[in-house]
Amino acid sequence: MTLAGRLKAPGWYRAALSQPIGFLVALGVVVGARALYGYDPLVDWDAIITVVLIALPLAFLVGIGCFDYWFRWASGAPTVPEDHSGHGARSWKDYFYVNTDHKVIGIQYIVTTFFFFIAGGLMAMVMRAELAQPGTQFVEPNTYNGLFSVHASLMIFLFIIPVFAGIANYVIPLMIGAPDMAFPRLNALSFWMLPTAGILMLASFFADGGAFATGWTAYAPLSTETPLGQTFFTIAVQFAGASSIATALNFLVTIITMRAPGMTFWRMPLLVWANFTTSLLVVIATPFIAGSQFFVLLDRSLGTDFFNVGANGDVLMYQHVFWFYSHPAVYIMMLPGFGIVSEVISANARKPVFGYRMMAFSLMAIVVLGFTVWAHHMFVSGMFSWLRVPMMITTMLIAVPTGIKIFSWLATLWRGVIHLTTPMLFALGFITMFTLGGISGIMLAVIPVVIHVSDTYFVVAHIHYVLFGGSVFTIFAGIYHWFPKMTGRMYDESLGKLHFWLSFVFFNLTFGPMHLVGVDGMPRRVADYAEQFATMNVLISVSSFLFGLSFLVFLYNMVTSWRNGPKAAANPWRAHTLEWQVSSPPPIFNFDEVPTVVGGPYEYGVPGAVHGVFKEKRAAVPAGGGGAPPPAE
Amino acid sequence: MVLYSVIATIVGTVLVLVIDWFPTGASTAAGPIDLLYDVLLVPSVVIFVLVMAVVIYCAVKFRAKPGDLGDGAPIHGSTRLEIFWVTVPFIMVTALAVYGWVVLDDIEAKQPNTLIVDVRAQQFAWRFTYPDEGNLKTNQLVLPKDRPVEFRVTTNDVLHSFWVPQFRLKTDTVPGLTTKIRVTPNREGRYDVVCAELCGIGHSTMRQAVRVVPPGEFSAWRAQAKKQQKTVGGETPPEPE
Repeated sequence: MTLAGRLKAPGWYRAALSQPIGFLVALGVVVGARALYGYDPLVDWDAIITVVLIALPLAFLVGIGCFDYWFRWASGAPTVPEDHSGHGARSWKDYFYVNTDHKVIGIQYIVTTFFFFIAGGLMAMVMRAELAQPGTQFVEPNTYNGLFSVHASLMIFLFIIPVFAGIANYVIPLMIGAPDMAFPRLNALSFWMLPTAGILMLASFFADGGAFATGWTAYAPLSTETPLGQTFFTIAVQFAGASSIATALNFLVTIITMRAPGMTFWRMPLLVWANFTTSLLVVIATPFIAGSQFFVLLDRSLGTDFFNVGANGDVLMYQHVFWFYSHPAVYIMMLPGFGIVSEVISANARKPVFGYRMMAFSLMAIVVLGFTVWAHHMFVSGMFSWLRVPMMITTMLIAVPTGIKIFSWLATLWRGVIHLTTPMLFALGFITMFTLGGISGIMLAVIPVVIHVSDTYFVVAHIHYVLFGGSVFTIFAGIYHWFPKMTGRMYDESLGKLHFWLSFVFFNLTFGPMHLVGVDGMPRRVADYAEQFATMNVLISVSSFLFGLSFLVFLYNMVTSWRNGPKAAANPWRAHTLEWQVSSPPPIFNFDEVPTVVGGPYEYGVPGAVHGVFKEKRAAVPAGGGGAPPPAE
Repeated sequence: MVLYSVIATIVGTVLVLVIDWFPTGASTAAGPIDLLYDVLLVPSVVIFVLVMAVVIYCAVKFRAKPGDLGDGAPIHGSTRLEIFWVTVPFIMVTALAVYGWVVLDDIEAKQPNTLIVDVRAQQFAWRFTYPDEGNLKTNQLVLPKDRPVEFRVTTNDVLHSFWVPQFRLKTDTVPGLTTKIRVTPNREGRYDVVCAELCGIGHSTMRQAVRVVPPGEFSAWRAQAKKQQKTVGGETPPEPE
């Protein structure tokens, strides 16, 4: 293609061209507006960069090609007949462009999010290096504050939430017998908004004054007063949030309208239930964090007074709006994991999930109750005191549906035929570690206790038990479980087991002692601490380095297996759900013939029981004709 | 399995109760709170041991023999079991919530003869005012033993959090609001005032001391501080750490 051709076609050349154009537009808007209002000086770099942070990502999304079809349609020009050339990956290069295949998008999500996981993890390593001894050794307090803020933001918005979206993106259309998601182009846009959000967050380190350093919670008025790096966060969250909401809408419509014939709601695998309920949480709650960040952005850049106490602003309002999303967010970060665990345990214990209906109902109960507990993040905030006891009660009640799930998984194991594969090990590790995190959560719900341990390392311990021992363990379980389906190759089982045991041991050695230092008086978000905590901290830091190293085993396994692993069968786990009834990787449009669902998804132990059938006689399963080829040499 | 679980429960319970979790208790709230915490730990150990035991037992007892391609028993559910594990946790959390509520009301109860101390936070230091002592302003927090105190807390700039671990009390400081917290120090000594809400670059070093002294010593300190305030015309200097 000629250079002119490349610059006009969707892709990286055009995306690169879009950046200076976006910059000039932003410059024009700011300078023009300032001229109209008679402001002096006309060129204010804080204002210009704020608009640039919105314009450049949008320009990139246009340049890379997310909006081409819609712009063309909106302009009234006759649409180009779809030739599906933008669907499916025929080489590794296709993964770097806009693609409408949910299997391609799923892998784009997973690889991108793991990149940000590594970035966030490295930041944690620097933090632990600094905390190994009292005093300042490696980073100044402002940098340290920036590190933990970006660490948490990346892990939450650029790893856990979207990696679940990526796994679900890949698996769910296959699981329900659909050829793709309901809105494939929207799906592509959802993905591309993600790296833009992540780049914005990382770029904040280069802002004048350093990265945003107010925590991922960005409380006002600290966040309305700090230097420009904060604006990178407020805008990045918008892109990540928009990505999340669009994906959730896609899941809801897909699950409601595109299930294969015979798949009633009560025959859906629990992963589908989990992502369905998660998507409800996302669409209802995410606009609230968008709102909270818009308040901050407007206070910072347009002189509004939402949090300006001198002008009757209300500082606590920020926390209420923020936590109204951010509490459901923790369920957004866990429910898909619950779905993964149900799939992994039933396949590896060769048993139906115990209490399937209650498992679905408990997901719904968690969604509803999850909206009633937000102020348990504000027990010591100074909010009206009568709200505390009701919030304690609702918070403790949410242990009941969560307990139902844990007990049901235990009952699923009972009298099963247990295969301790790597995904199963991570699922079992999840059950025990998430129980510990839930226990510390119950303790945090009891107000007299939480008055003391709020904002201490006890909370840091709790969140990492539920987010790493909880969510990330389920993410690993899901990646290993569906690795053969996605890549057409088997991962190395010995390396997988090694990864599990190293993670499990060093995870506990890192975060377990944090419960102790927290109750003993060490606050959180501190670059330095009192001498008495020195011994515990050096133990925690050394454990954390080994914990970080354990991830390398996973990375090595993934890369080498994807390139050179033994070819995988269509159904290496002998599972019943529909994704395993097609080749590994699946054909480009998933099903050469739409399956008919005739039974539940977990009918193990019943001779002759099947979940879905192909009514026409079909040819032998072909070798993968799409999906994920190994990375090129 | 049952025997190992019982042993593990006993060992675990002893372990968590023996660990000295909290810093020295120096207020009347510390006793009830520390006890509540211990009470929470006991069912926690039971639940954790139960979950761990079932996982390990199943992984060992029902492990697939090599080459076993069979399925497990097609058990879909048991209504009785489900009712059990909804009702029992519900009762447990309700009981714990009620207990917590009772302790909360107890530690927050209004007391007679309360000493009022205004606390003002700013980046990155604490300032205290004793409004009933002729508006004595000081950087040192000194309190008489066994007298209830009500802290009225606010901030000059951003959110901070007023925390004395030994007292077990904490409240955020909110611009535009005055938050209140009550405590009765009941042990002499020198304790830490720690900022527990990220407030900027100096957050980790924003700590000062609080001293609890016998009532006679408190009066002496107060008189001396007032004199210093008059002569020096400002606040008493901060105590050396």
